[in-house]
Amino acid sequence: MNEMTPPKNERSAALKGLGTARKRVEDLRFTQGKGNYVDDIQQPGMLFGDFVRSPYAHARVKSINAEAALALPGVVAVLTAKDLEPLSLHWMPTLAGDKQMVLADGKVLFQGQEVAFVIAEDRYIAADAVELVEVDYEERPVLVDPMKAELPDAPVLREDIADTLEGAHGPRRHPNHIFTWEQGDKAATEAVIAEAPVVAEEMVYYHRTHPCPLETCGCVASMDKVNGKLTVWGTFQAPHVVRTVASLLSGIAEHNIRIISPDIGGGFGNKVGVYPGYVCSIVASIVTGKPVKWIEDRMENLMSTAFARDYWMKGKIAATADGKITGLWCHTTADHGAFDACADPTKFPAGFMNICTGSYDIPTAYLAVDGIYTNKAPGGVAYRCSFRVTEAAYFIERMIEVLAIKLGMDAAELRAKNFIRKDQFPYNSALGWEYDSGDYHTAWDKALKAVDYDGLRREQAERLEAFKRGETRKLMGIGLTHFTEIVGAGPVKNCDILGMGMFDSCEIRIHPTGSAIARLGTISQGQGHATTFAQILASETGIPADDITIEEGDTDTAPYGLGTYGSRSTPVAGAATALAGRKIRAKAQMIAAYLLEVHDNDIEWDVDRFVVKGAPERFKTMKEIAYAAYNQAIPGVEPGLEAVSYYDPPNMTYPFGAYICVLDIDVDTGEAEVRKFYALDDCGTRINPMIIEGQVHGGLTEALAIAMGQEIAYDEIGNVKTGTLMDFFLPTAWETPNYTTDYTETPSPHHPIGAKGVGESPNVGGVPCFSNAVNDAFRAFGLTHTQMPHDHWRIWKTAHDLGLHA
Amino acid sequence: MIPGAFEYHRPESVGAAVKLLAELGEESRVIAGGHSLIPMMKLRMADLSHLIDLQKIDDLKGIRIEGGRITIGAMTTQHELITNAALQDAAPILREAALQIADPQVRYVGTLGGNVANGDPGNDMPGLMQCLDASFTLVGPDGERQVAARDFYEAAYFTARADEEILTAVSFDAPQGGYAYEKQKRKIGDYATAAAAVLIARDGDRCTAASIAMTNLADTPTYSAEAGAALVGSGLDDEAVKAAVTAALSAIEPAEDNRGPVEFKMHVAGVILRRAIDRAWSRA
Amino acid sequence: MAKTHLKMTVNGQAVETLAEPRELLIHVLREKLGIKGPHIGCETSHCGACTVDMDGKSVKACTVFAAQADGADVTTIEGLGGPDNLHVLQEMFREHHGLQCGYCTPGMITRAHRLLQENPNPSEEEVRFGMAGNLCRCTGYQNIVKAILAAAAEMAAAKEAAQ
Repeated sequence: MNEMTPPKNERSAALKGLGTARKRVEDLRFTQGKGNYVDDIQQPGMLFGDFVRSPYAHARVKSINAEAALALPGVVAVLTAKDLEPLSLHWMPTLAGDKQMVLADGKVLFQGQEVAFVIAEDRYIAADAVELVEVDYEERPVLVDPMKAELPDAPVLREDIADTLEGAHGPRRHPNHIFTWEQGDKAATEAVIAEAPVVAEEMVYYHRTHPCPLETCGCVASMDKVNGKLTVWGTFQAPHVVRTVASLLSGIAEHNIRIISPDIGGGFGNKVGVYPGYVCSIVASIVTGKPVKWIEDRMENLMSTAFARDYWMKGKIAATADGKITGLWCHTTADHGAFDACADPTKFPAGFMNICTGSYDIPTAYLAVDGIYTNKAPGGVAYRCSFRVTEAAYFIERMIEVLAIKLGMDAAELRAKNFIRKDQFPYNSALGWEYDSGDYHTAWDKALKAVDYDGLRREQAERLEAFKRGETRKLMGIGLTHFTEIVGAGPVKNCDILGMGMFDSCEIRIHPTGSAIARLGTISQGQGHATTFAQILASETGIPADDITIEEGDTDTAPYGLGTYGSRSTPVAGAATALAGRKIRAKAQMIAAYLLEVHDNDIEWDVDRFVVKGAPERFKTMKEIAYAAYNQAIPGVEPGLEAVSYYDPPNMTYPFGAYICVLDIDVDTGEAEVRKFYALDDCGTRINPMIIEGQVHGGLTEALAIAMGQEIAYDEIGNVKTGTLMDFFLPTAWETPNYTTDYTETPSPHHPIGAKGVGESPNVGGVPCFSNAVNDAFRAFGLTHTQMPHDHWRIWKTAHDLGLHA
Repeated sequence: MIPGAFEYHRPESVGAAVKLLAELGEESRVIAGGHSLIPMMKLRMADLSHLIDLQKIDDLKGIRIEGGRITIGAMTTQHELITNAALQDAAPILREAALQIADPQVRYVGTLGGNVANGDPGNDMPGLMQCLDASFTLVGPDGERQVAARDFYEAAYFTARADEEILTAVSFDAPQGGYAYEKQKRKIGDYATAAAAVLIARDGDRCTAASIAMTNLADTPTYSAEAGAALVGSGLDDEAVKAAVTAALSAIEPAEDNRGPVEFKMHVAGVILRRAIDRAWSRA
Repeated sequence: MAKTHLKMTVNGQAVETLAEPRELLIHVLREKLGIKGPHIGCETSHCGACTVDMDGKSVKACTVFAAQADGADVTTIEGLGGPDNLHVLQEMFREHHGLQCGYCTPGMITRAHRLLQENPNPSEEEVRFGMAGNLCRCTGYQNIVKAILAAAAEMAAAKEAAQ
């Protein structure tokens, strides 16, 4: 160092690296209305596609007459399955090993299913033409209840595979049955349950809902016949996977396909899948030779793309009389809708549902999941959670509460008694996972103290007495949750999507003047990657984050990646970024040593420079090194300063958290008001506390919506009852409470920077927390469990059934 | 969601609008704020060939308070009802109700006339107008007539207004005494699960007059004269309130929807009405 | 259907375009005038992503026909501030992390602008009530509310300094 060198802490702060609440670089364009979302993309001569959709949940399509539509001026074409069949594109493979109709091939299996694709000069003409397409349907019996799928009189939905007894995930026992997936030791678990002094049982239903990002799905497909290149801009959470799928489906060589995810207006799992709209737009562009835009409207979004949850989880939990859990048994009936289009890693047809032992040291466990076809939309996506992790967390956190009731124990104490202890990590769960790290007791104690848990219970008891005396009609509920997630899919040895291992990647170029660009295989949908990945690189390379451009979402420029969902960006791509940064630094060290005329090992890294050991006045900054890399011949070293890293994680990461919610319930109207919500998250190393806090606020609000009213509901003949935002519950600022956030920091031992991911934690932990609070309010009146969503009338019904309106 | 095509007209007087409506016939509709009609057109549930926009007709705007009589032009927006100081003094129940309708953006354009005229049982103003015993002014080819709000609603989307008539104003006497508009809904922007409009006048500890109407609990708003009568003369003791609630509930016929089943709605209708009565009495 | 000649003032500029009467204001702005700040979210007037200021009122441009807007004075996010003159709301949304995916942001800020015009010193409750016509799926609103309150304070301070 010399006198001109700022002190270490100042240089470090100037980088805006790890741990800095750096303001987001994305925000300048978004706040000025200059984002670039898919519907903002306009191309010369662009046409619009729009779907004719089925009004019926189950029907034969006897005929489609498009004459009147084709006669409308401005209509270019109407595609049906017959047009796609010669291209073998009338069906497409799903991510779950099933296949799905792109356009109705002889029958329809859910309301809103795509029947024909109208292509017209603008969206108004397309919409008019949709009205003119005449489809002759013959209605069939409808299967809505998955519990009735295998009854003798159940209609067979998938006639195309009715005789196929071997599915993608093993044997099928009925034409409406998709798979059985078993984990753990059935015999041992059943033996434990048979002998246990205390066993609690419950049917826990996690209702069907939908990610509903504010921007719906859509794309613009443009086939450039001159150059043989297909470009597709679209709402893709996994652009490279879309490119590979598009190539395999269309026969266009992969290097001739360019997939671009522009700015994405929220994803939450909705934009992982490949939808008929994308396929039809591509075909339409190939057929017409013009760019074709397709944008879902909100009803289409809610009715046809990407439902989530719909798990019926029957549970038994066994314990000793003093509350030590000895076994957990779960059988899940999974309603997958008409096609198995779940977005799970190939070997996990029920995702990571086998994380359902949660935060607890449960020695023996068994899980079976049966996937079932019904006349509902396909999907089963991970709505702001890693694959089925929110279902698992909801299940175990409800079962803990049910057990506490059976034991007559406080639910906070029951949890503490059964947590996996800090000294047990890495911990091998009974259902096959190796939890990398955790310190649950510390987090739990901090949370209970922060809210004055004992004081809350006293207040609740006083309120109960006042209620019984007739002085109030409001009950107080205290919701507890300690969740453990499994995110960052995942190790290539057991995680793939369509055969592609779930690694991720980062490529860095340092420019001669010392600034940089990094490209990744992920794609932000609001998470702020352009901000946070630059922070990781800043800490690794000593280049200020403000001097680093992060680019994602263009498959022509970005290295291959599996995309952003399942909280995998930080655990996987974040690790790739750190390791690519380290490669840069390794080469920089050689260059610095040459410039300083010392041996490589005689210099050491110091925030943003290499210094000669023992001679701090002799150094080369990264900026100087970058310049030298391009301007000076260095013996034995290639010019330039670039690196690429593909990261195959050795394990998943296991973020956890302790949430506590207090709400007041008006037993007469069923209204619930959240008074307090405390969320402690441990996501390992914290990259940007401001962004973490924002993620937690947002995830909790999605959890609030799901727990308190948001559902995709069907009537008995398969009509969607909640197809607009009038009925599909998205809370406004008025219904949303303020949240208090907190943290502990238990770094992941196997991640290069110890980060674990956080975006989905608040949804995973929030849903059981809100639900537990509602259930808890009624515990004193003998309630053990009431199903979500806890909207006014269901809460009212619970109170009513408990005799509270007498 | 793309609406079908139509021709657009923007007359500048009531006479011109009525004339257009008569000329263009069945497939024409007038549009005020449009926040009921436009979504219906986008969902292709309303099909029409001509849209007659009333925005340019100054005679349809404004709030007049003269000698205890309040007259509000049909094109007056919910936002204007909320922000008009004189109206707040003369009939504060309008502001209280308007604040519970939809959301800020919709209230800027949603009009009183549109809310009362289209016959949607979910709208809040019809019940309130029945409670106030308001009168609606209808202008048609044969001139002007008055119809009482309590006689106006026939069934969902069916009213006493003839196709060729335009609702131009509502008028009512400034209410005396206490008031309340109580509404339970799932969230901002929702229609009522149950809502009640209550006016109560008192002399000492006796109720001298009462008016009660309810919203979205039948296919029309439901004014219950019996409910009001049950309170008159009483000191709002539990028995009288119970009688009023019982009378009002006997007049409603809620239908099951996503807000809940009939049993639930009947129950919360009683709860909401009781709260509205309590609040109105406390203000009387 | 025949197109009609439409005149509006948009962000202070007189504009003319041809549109069918049924075309929605949001489509006219985005596709005919290239003003893409306001977005389409729900199409049934629930989400507010399309919020613009029309004749001094916050309106949802997905529920206004082009023909109704003929003659109107429209301000969108683009009219509130740009690279050289950011509006304090734009600054405060960034400062307080009041946005994530950015899709609701133009509508949010445009609505907040009108709210603060009418109520320069709102309480948190008034902000939450006044912003209830705009949905956000990412932020949980807490930081949006914070940003609007901070902008109100900044604007009040600037006004005081000017006096």
